[in-house]
Amino acid sequence: MTGTRELEAHFTETIGHERRIEPRDWMPEAYRNTMIRQIAQHAHSEIIGMQPEGNWITRAPSLRRKAILIAKVQDEAGHGMYLYSAAETLGADRADLTDKLITGRQKYSSIFNYPTLSYADVGVIGWLVDGAAICNQVPLCRSSYGAYARAMVRICKEESFHQRQGYELLMTMMRGTEAQRQMVQDATNRFWWPSLMMFGPPDDQSPNTERSMAWGIKRHTNDELRQRFVDMTVPQASKLGVTLPDPDLRWNPERGRYDFGAVDWDELTQVIKGNGPCNAQRLAHRKAAHDEGAWVREAATAHATKHSGFAPFSSPNRPDQGSSKVQSEVQR
Amino acid sequence: MSDWPLYEVFLRGKRGLNHVHVGSLHAADPQMALHHARDLYTRRNEGVSIWVVPAADITASSPDEKDPFFAPAGDKVYRHPTFYDIPDDVPHM
Repeated sequence: MTGTRELEAHFTETIGHERRIEPRDWMPEAYRNTMIRQIAQHAHSEIIGMQPEGNWITRAPSLRRKAILIAKVQDEAGHGMYLYSAAETLGADRADLTDKLITGRQKYSSIFNYPTLSYADVGVIGWLVDGAAICNQVPLCRSSYGAYARAMVRICKEESFHQRQGYELLMTMMRGTEAQRQMVQDATNRFWWPSLMMFGPPDDQSPNTERSMAWGIKRHTNDELRQRFVDMTVPQASKLGVTLPDPDLRWNPERGRYDFGAVDWDELTQVIKGNGPCNAQRLAHRKAAHDEGAWVREAATAHATKHSGFAPFSSPNRPDQGSSKVQSEVQR
Repeated sequence: MSDWPLYEVFLRGKRGLNHVHVGSLHAADPQMALHHARDLYTRRNEGVSIWVVPAADITASSPDEKDPFFAPAGDKVYRHPTFYDIPDDVPHM
């Protein structure tokens, strides 16, 4: 017992001094589990997040936009990989995480359950959705868990490209025809409130916030980050020339911040429960990609086993030399 | 994926620097690990050289700083240049 108490004291002291917890350190089980859940949920969001925009790659309006969009979606895949890799340092298993996503036992960000109806959505996702993600993620570069914090530093550098390409796309459309401006306004109308929901439930309905702050898992409350996002975004909207769909949105000189209207939390609850417009479609698509890739994974393993005598996670015996020789001769 | 082993990835950011650990990935064999590492960790010219090492082949010390493993260096202050008092007027030292 004394041992555990000493370890716990050391853990608390490390966090108290703003030092990072590293993979093989002792940590409370609740810290480990919370961290795995958070990183996994974040990883799943990046992976599912490829779909709404991936939807438009084949219909990009120019080669330039297509190259940009491919690079962006590839980044999302990369971010998912950095994060799964960080989760694995805590003892999580990659295949198990994928299984938990596909079977709905772990969540991903509610925002990706909304459809992308026009090319303006690609721009608005970059501007608002990635903008909100940056607000959420910049403080996580100081997460108390080292491997997560390092992944976040890498991710935040790349997210900046995501947001800027989106805003630039929208500026271009706003300089276009009336129909194009209307597309931008329509996309803004649809994504504004779901973007505010990305910060999670209001503070008084977020029971784990206190412990997460004490453990350096969270750095700011949901409401603080939401307010920060609104304050950053309002001037961007007016520069762009779109109206944010909130009649209660106005500058409050006393607070020195923008007041904004009430978020429809019932909608968020419904989307999280699986009743958003695209939940079923997103999971089905992810599952199909995983299932249809099974033969590739198996073939690669078989190839590796045959050609290098490398048999991962099985007996240390090399496959008999004869057959691999035959194989290499066949190839020649 | 579990039957693809885990590789740790090290990048040399530019000539003159050491390889630095950047993360890990799964791959069926070392060659695939290199290709994946290129796609995953050098999409923006972050490296000029990559090492991949099967994670299972790494032997690590315990990370705990209080570990007696590092104690031998703890009481040898005379290994540092600041241990020695040299008058200020001695030049170039």
